[in-house]
Amino acid sequence: MPTSRVNETGLRLDDRLERLRLFGLSSPAILLILVVLVIPVGWLFYVSFVGADGQFSLENYQRMIDRASYARIFATTFKVSFLTTGICILIGYPLAYFMSQLPPRLASLCMITVLLPFWTSLLVRTYAWLVLLQRQGLVNDWAIGLGLWDEPIKMVHNMTGTLIGMVHIMLPFLILPTYGAMKSISRDYMKAASNLGATPKTAFWTVFFPLSTPGLFAGALMVFILCLGFFVTPAVLGGGKVIMVSMKIVSNIELFVNWGAASALGVVLLSLAVIVLWVASRFLNLDQISGGGH
Amino acid sequence: MLRWFRAPATETQISHGQRLWLYVLCVIIMVLLVTPTLIVIPMSFSDSQYLEFPPENWSLRWYEHFFGSAEWMRATKTSFTVAFLTMLVATPVGVLAAYGLHASRVRFVRAAYLLMIAPMMVPVVLVAIGAFYAYVKLKILYTVAGLVLAHTMLALPLVVIVTGSALKGFDMQLEAAARSLGAPRWYAFLTVTLPQIRFAVVTSALLSFLTSFDEVVVAMFISGGDNPTLTRNMFNALRDQIDPTIAAISTLMILVTTVMMVLVQVFGQQRKPPPE
Repeated sequence: MPTSRVNETGLRLDDRLERLRLFGLSSPAILLILVVLVIPVGWLFYVSFVGADGQFSLENYQRMIDRASYARIFATTFKVSFLTTGICILIGYPLAYFMSQLPPRLASLCMITVLLPFWTSLLVRTYAWLVLLQRQGLVNDWAIGLGLWDEPIKMVHNMTGTLIGMVHIMLPFLILPTYGAMKSISRDYMKAASNLGATPKTAFWTVFFPLSTPGLFAGALMVFILCLGFFVTPAVLGGGKVIMVSMKIVSNIELFVNWGAASALGVVLLSLAVIVLWVASRFLNLDQISGGGH
Repeated sequence: MLRWFRAPATETQISHGQRLWLYVLCVIIMVLLVTPTLIVIPMSFSDSQYLEFPPENWSLRWYEHFFGSAEWMRATKTSFTVAFLTMLVATPVGVLAAYGLHASRVRFVRAAYLLMIAPMMVPVVLVAIGAFYAYVKLKILYTVAGLVLAHTMLALPLVVIVTGSALKGFDMQLEAAARSLGAPRWYAFLTVTLPQIRFAVVTSALLSFLTSFDEVVVAMFISGGDNPTLTRNMFNALRDQIDPTIAAISTLMILVTTVMMVLVQVFGQQRKPPPE
């Protein structure tokens, strides 16, 4: 039956065209991302391989290996990222667990305390910590008033201040996916575990915790990646003593107008983020991040 | 009260009393999450050059200083203009993209989706210097249009994610039904699909506004000249000294955020369907 065969291929072709046309609806977005993100970053990639004499060279990367200051900057970046992620897990997991156990109305009330800082400008929050933690700040005043310590402690313009600010800003990124994962754990599992004789502790660690790890890992990964490229908070609260890769990139452009050096650092930073994502994607389902975040 | 302590808190029969440490810890964490931002508000009404809490004398001098300064006013105007335009551009572009990716189901949708959320994953400093370079070439450095383009790009992932997840919950057969009754695709989308995902669209729009309004690093590089943004000026002021004017501006920014969030709550959330 040749006619139906013709119809069939015709229909399939129509369907393909229709789908392509639908896909075309996303072309403005794709075009924008190409022009403002992909092409400029690609150009930076190219620039990072051009030496001072305009020829192909690896000098921008060689410099990173040769100079001890660069090694220090990368070490600081990883240290801040690991510590922030670790502290976020220690603080965020109990809070997410607590909220997941509450009745819905109370839980959404507590959720506000997570979402309010989440949507408040990062600059405002960083400024708030700067004010609170400074030498004559509220925290020092109150701690001395309460007799916790005698002399004002330096809590800002150093690593401590940076970590406090970073943890505060990153915490919602960890809590939201973790909370989402916990909410989807059926309470019957815990009931069954205790019914079979597990103590509350055993039931938690062998049943609840493993089931909540996808959300926890997704959140921790998000926090870690964001920390790697973070700029504002360490720049303000670090007071020049905590220098992260992103800050070095900015100073390479603003102070030294050295595009090659800045680009090479940027390429390494981006590669680190991609490698971390790639390694992580082999262990967990990355859709959790985009789906669980907001 | 005592009975509450002994009452089982969860299915594992652990009592509230045994978990008291968790409750105390969590209340402390929640207080620490919220207070730092809120404490700036009373401080901004202080009369003193040094930020104090509670303020000894109340005054509006820092607000007067802010509203009286031509420079701060220009920055505020730029920020609001850019944020508003970003919302107007990012929302339709992002919703179209989300719909296109959702409905077309071609082979490279996954790659396209990754591209859409790339602005969220690429370190923002890299985005900033890349845009700076591109804008010098395109001669749109320090322009409102340039800022809107960059901020739209940054807001797109949020719009695509929020709208995309709403589309996942939408039954596309409804649209197919409308089309089988003779509605052209665009008409079916506007009259059947869009009303169903309107909450996600409103949320996307408000989030785009906030993304642009709060953005610092990219604005540091590509805003300036006649069009500096509020955040750019704030960041520069922060690097120099602790100026109480910033507390006043922070309070106003918290106000803007709060208004946006309340709007999301009111217009952006689907009424819960009655339990089946």
